[in-house]
Amino acid sequence: MELTMLYYIIPSLIMFCCGVYGFITRKNMIAILISLELMLNAVDINFVVFNRFLFPGQMEGMFFTLFAIAIAAAETALAIAIIINLFRVAKNIDVEDVNEMKF
Amino acid sequence: MDITMPLMILAIPLGMFLLLGLFGNKMSHKLAGWLGTLGMGTALVLAYTTAYQYFFSGSELFINAAGERLQYAVFDYTWLEFTEKLIIKLGFLLDPISAMMLVVITTISFMVHLYSLGYMHGEKGFQRYYAFLSLFSFSMLGLVVATNIFQMYIFWELVGASSYLLIGFYYTKPSAVAASKKAFIVTRFADLGFLIGILILSFYSSTFDFVTMTSNPQSVFASTAGTMFMGGSVLTWGLVLIFMGGMGKSAMMPLHIWLPDAMEGPTPVSALIHAATMVVAGVFLVARMFPVYIVQESALEIVTVVGALTALYAAIVACTQIDIKRVLAFSTISQIAFMVVSLGVARPDFHEGLGYMASMFHLFTHAMFKALLFLGAGALIHAVHSNDYTAMGGLRKYMPITHITFLIGCLAIAGIPPFAGFFSKDEILTAAFNNSPLWGIWMTGVAGLTAFYMFRLYYRIFWWNNPDYGHHTPHDGPWTMSLPLIILATISCVAGFIPFGEFVTWNGHEYIIHLDWTVATTSIVVAVCAIALATVMYRKENATPTRMKNAMKGLWTAAYNRFYFDELYIFITHKIIFNLVSRPIAWFDRHIIDGTMDSFATMTNYASEKIKGLQSGSVQQYVWVYLVGALLLAGAVIVFVI
Repeated sequence: MELTMLYYIIPSLIMFCCGVYGFITRKNMIAILISLELMLNAVDINFVVFNRFLFPGQMEGMFFTLFAIAIAAAETALAIAIIINLFRVAKNIDVEDVNEMKF
Repeated sequence: MDITMPLMILAIPLGMFLLLGLFGNKMSHKLAGWLGTLGMGTALVLAYTTAYQYFFSGSELFINAAGERLQYAVFDYTWLEFTEKLIIKLGFLLDPISAMMLVVITTISFMVHLYSLGYMHGEKGFQRYYAFLSLFSFSMLGLVVATNIFQMYIFWELVGASSYLLIGFYYTKPSAVAASKKAFIVTRFADLGFLIGILILSFYSSTFDFVTMTSNPQSVFASTAGTMFMGGSVLTWGLVLIFMGGMGKSAMMPLHIWLPDAMEGPTPVSALIHAATMVVAGVFLVARMFPVYIVQESALEIVTVVGALTALYAAIVACTQIDIKRVLAFSTISQIAFMVVSLGVARPDFHEGLGYMASMFHLFTHAMFKALLFLGAGALIHAVHSNDYTAMGGLRKYMPITHITFLIGCLAIAGIPPFAGFFSKDEILTAAFNNSPLWGIWMTGVAGLTAFYMFRLYYRIFWWNNPDYGHHTPHDGPWTMSLPLIILATISCVAGFIPFGEFVTWNGHEYIIHLDWTVATTSIVVAVCAIALATVMYRKENATPTRMKNAMKGLWTAAYNRFYFDELYIFITHKIIFNLVSRPIAWFDRHIIDGTMDSFATMTNYASEKIKGLQSGSVQQYVWVYLVGALLLAGAVIVFVI
């Protein structure tokens, strides 16, 4: 059995849809953050796969993936820091309940 | 001429106003009072020096080779330049009447400052009082030295505003608040006429400048010829409207109603503003524009009629009032009317415009003796704590200084030689007889009434009966109150001998005053008879006044109620204007204008309430909308494009 592009793209699509579903439905901020990571990683996979199968002589997709992983790490650290601080203040990380700054 | 000194005359009172107004609360009463008084004293010295230079230095700036006194603008600073023609300037004009007014204003103002140290002692808001006095002095000085009619208008309004502030000085007293409002609104109504008059005259003459307007009025106002409006030429209308502004400030009938009420202010304020200086602004205005008025004699005739009616009316009312300040207020109205009549009957072909000189002379002497009378009344009120003469009587024993000075004031206003009022009133009567015997006889009669009501007041206060004052015997005020009385009494004794015609005439020519003995004798006889009548009626407590009152019940009641002018105004304003004009307008405003605006607001409010949910701030919801939108768009692209 030959591994075609489809074998990579379908799991990536499933991952992305899970991410979108989680992002929209979950109320816990950590869960939302995890969903976000899922979407990001799905995109990363796509980058690598397209690079590998469509433009094998080039490396741009790989580099973008590396960049995205690094930035995602920084962004996660930042988001976690915000969530921790919020928890200290509000004792709660539910997005529905933390709405003091609204309006 | 150096501009420092004239500038300082204006700058010092203004500076004092700012100083006392801003930092007065941090000062003690004594310091604030003396600062204000010293500031006014400095302005007094400077004003005297300036007037002395103007009249006596003989400099070719002020008097030409032919002996005519000239109008000289010490400085004329361009303040606003809208177009090439429409330029508003601020300046300092020296001419006979402005130099004379500088002397009058600073003298009276200084006396009042000094007097108030005693009179207002310990009052709440003492510093504020002095700040307002300085503001008033500044405005009045600015008014008389104005080089153009617009500058005069600005200071005219400033004078009105400071008068408002001072009438309402006791702002916790409802009657004082009402009086200040009344004064402001009535004079403002008159100023509307003044403003329209300014616009008419300036439109046709293309200038605001007094010197340009008055030096050759025939050619400056040539463009008005032939333009008629409602039976009068445009120039007549302009002049009458300008005089209307003067009527408001000078309390001429029918715009006099504010002046008696203005007596709610502190008495020294009445002496300064409502007797000696501000109320003569209207006379000053007509005098300033006099060369234009003589082009249109019909305007002068209106001035005469208004003045004569007011003089008689106020004199009759003054005979019935009980409040001593109101008697003085009506006597002020009557005396100002004398000045107005005098201007109205002045014609340049008779004795160099004798009426003009007489009017200014009377303005000068009246300022002195009326301020004296008011300050005397202040001393009485200070001693008895009541404005009504019914609470007084027999005071000559307790208050000798006030008694003598008040008597001098009464003699001066009654026109008994050799006191000041005799000379100026005599010139007015001469001018009036020259114009028409009717006005001469009319004004002589009013002069007799003046003598009668002044001595009625005098006898009721100082003679009549001797009520029991209890343990609190009235006495003269402190020296700060007595000194101004003595000084003003001295001036009232000697001011008549000033050769006024040498200094002030309408065209600057010198005129030697000579008494017309026919007129003088008549007026003396009339005055003496009136005084004798007052003596008989009021020297000792008796029933004659009551009998006379009952004999002329209708007239007396009408006069006591000031011929129902206030009621008439209330009827016109409340019943007619409020009901027929204001209420429909208010209804239209409330329901149509406000209703439209309110419905806009309600609609916006409703719409925003409805769409408020869209902006929830919930990122998850946004993502959901975005996702659905993106999918729909993608579906559309697939269906319609591919």
